[in-house]
Amino acid sequence: MYVAVKGGERAIENAHTLLAHERRGDPSVPELSLAQISQQLTLAVDRVMTEGSLYDRDLAALAIKQARGDLIEAIFLLRAFRATLPRFGATAPVDTAAMDIRRRISATFKDLPGGQVLGPTFDYTHRLLEPSTDAPVSEPATGAAYEGTTPRVTDLLANDDLIERDDNSASAIPGDLTREPLSFPAERDLRLQNLARGDEGFLLALGYSTQRGYGRTHPFAGEIRLGDVEVEFFAEDAGFAVPLGHITMTECQMINQFAGSATEAPKFTRGYGLAFGHCERKVMSMALVDRALRARELGEEQAAPAQDEEFVLSHSDNVQATGFVEHLKLPHYVDFQAELGLVRRLRAQFESAQDVGDVPVREAAE
Amino acid sequence: MNDQPQEADFRRGALAILVEGTKAELSSGLGEIGELPPFEEVRRPESGLVMVRGRAGGDGHPFNLGEATVSRTAIRLASGETGFGYVLGRDHERSRLIAICDALMQHDDYREPVEQHVLGPIRTRRSDEKNLLAQRTAATRVDFFTLVRGEDA
Repeated sequence: MYVAVKGGERAIENAHTLLAHERRGDPSVPELSLAQISQQLTLAVDRVMTEGSLYDRDLAALAIKQARGDLIEAIFLLRAFRATLPRFGATAPVDTAAMDIRRRISATFKDLPGGQVLGPTFDYTHRLLEPSTDAPVSEPATGAAYEGTTPRVTDLLANDDLIERDDNSASAIPGDLTREPLSFPAERDLRLQNLARGDEGFLLALGYSTQRGYGRTHPFAGEIRLGDVEVEFFAEDAGFAVPLGHITMTECQMINQFAGSATEAPKFTRGYGLAFGHCERKVMSMALVDRALRARELGEEQAAPAQDEEFVLSHSDNVQATGFVEHLKLPHYVDFQAELGLVRRLRAQFESAQDVGDVPVREAAE
Repeated sequence: MNDQPQEADFRRGALAILVEGTKAELSSGLGEIGELPPFEEVRRPESGLVMVRGRAGGDGHPFNLGEATVSRTAIRLASGETGFGYVLGRDHERSRLIAICDALMQHDDYREPVEQHVLGPIRTRRSDEKNLLAQRTAATRVDFFTLVRGEDA
């Protein structure tokens, strides 16, 4: 039962003013601009866009500033904003093979067509804090630009039939969990949408659990690529697919072992991760969990948490999780009063039972 | 206009450049063309969302990745050509300027000036940026070696 709680308007108003004051911090320190957040806290912006499920750098920067750097709060703000705009339609599926590559690595093939490029990475840094200096940033080195194509690594193996091919024969319109509530069992299109919006920390922990033996899938990072892809949208009024511009994306292809079955020769299977911006940890975790959730389809034993689609998909969304966890701090006076009355009654019953029960015990002892 | 697919391809090619233009590039480019023919807005600038789709494994079934903000405008020249401006982001003016350029590109008197003053500079700037990025990326190319250890020696 919900009972309205009255009162507190002044306190709430004052608390929000105080929040704005705290958010600004020491007024002698220059205020952070949205351009600074967008340009210098790029990975925070990328995470908020991916989990907020809205590609708009300026809005994500604003959300981060308004949320005082609380990224889950910022994701919440972005999700709420997205509900205010009409949807014009859906883009054609992006072609990540045609990406303008900014980073591309493979842990399985050292000599890839197109080569491996590290790009802007934390990998191989010493993880030592560097007290900031006013020294200008050095100009990046340049090399001879690669002119050829950069096929996905999974396409190379697929030519030998050593790795499964993804079936793209059906042109079915993918399910959309922002329009229809998720039901189980969920097919891979909905699982991938859920994981793409899912909390990075939750997916990281689940992915880690598969590596430690809870639903082991023997993964290799087949390829991780970061870069810009063009997006196109079929505009009904124009009558053709119009280019909309480019979006930065990170993609991860995990390659996993598969023992085969009576009807299928052993081959490698795949897990997939895709995110807006540069979210490498996210796409790797997503690919591990995507593969773990394919246990049902591949006829594998389903015993580990990461293989339990209802468990994973129902708890991956940090906005939903925040809503339910944090609602506990809202007034529950009436519920609590009811429980308090119940506990008092139960205690009274317990005590009277003790009194009755005590008598024979005493008699026996005497 | 008698070959419709070709016409659409031509416009798509131009739009692919126009959507990369900044508001300043689009408006100053149009400014250099001089007097523009009269036009009306058949769809006033508005913002909305498109659902961005990917494919499982990069090449499999499509799935919904997440949305992106988009602005759109449609204009019609007095001579009848209709132009559409669809572009990522919430900048209404950019979508309006793109729609104007798309309409002008279909008009024989304006195709060349738009190409020269609007598309040309954007294409050059974008190509320079892409080249620089490709060159900087290439400098981080890595060659990994596998070393055979000497147990058998």
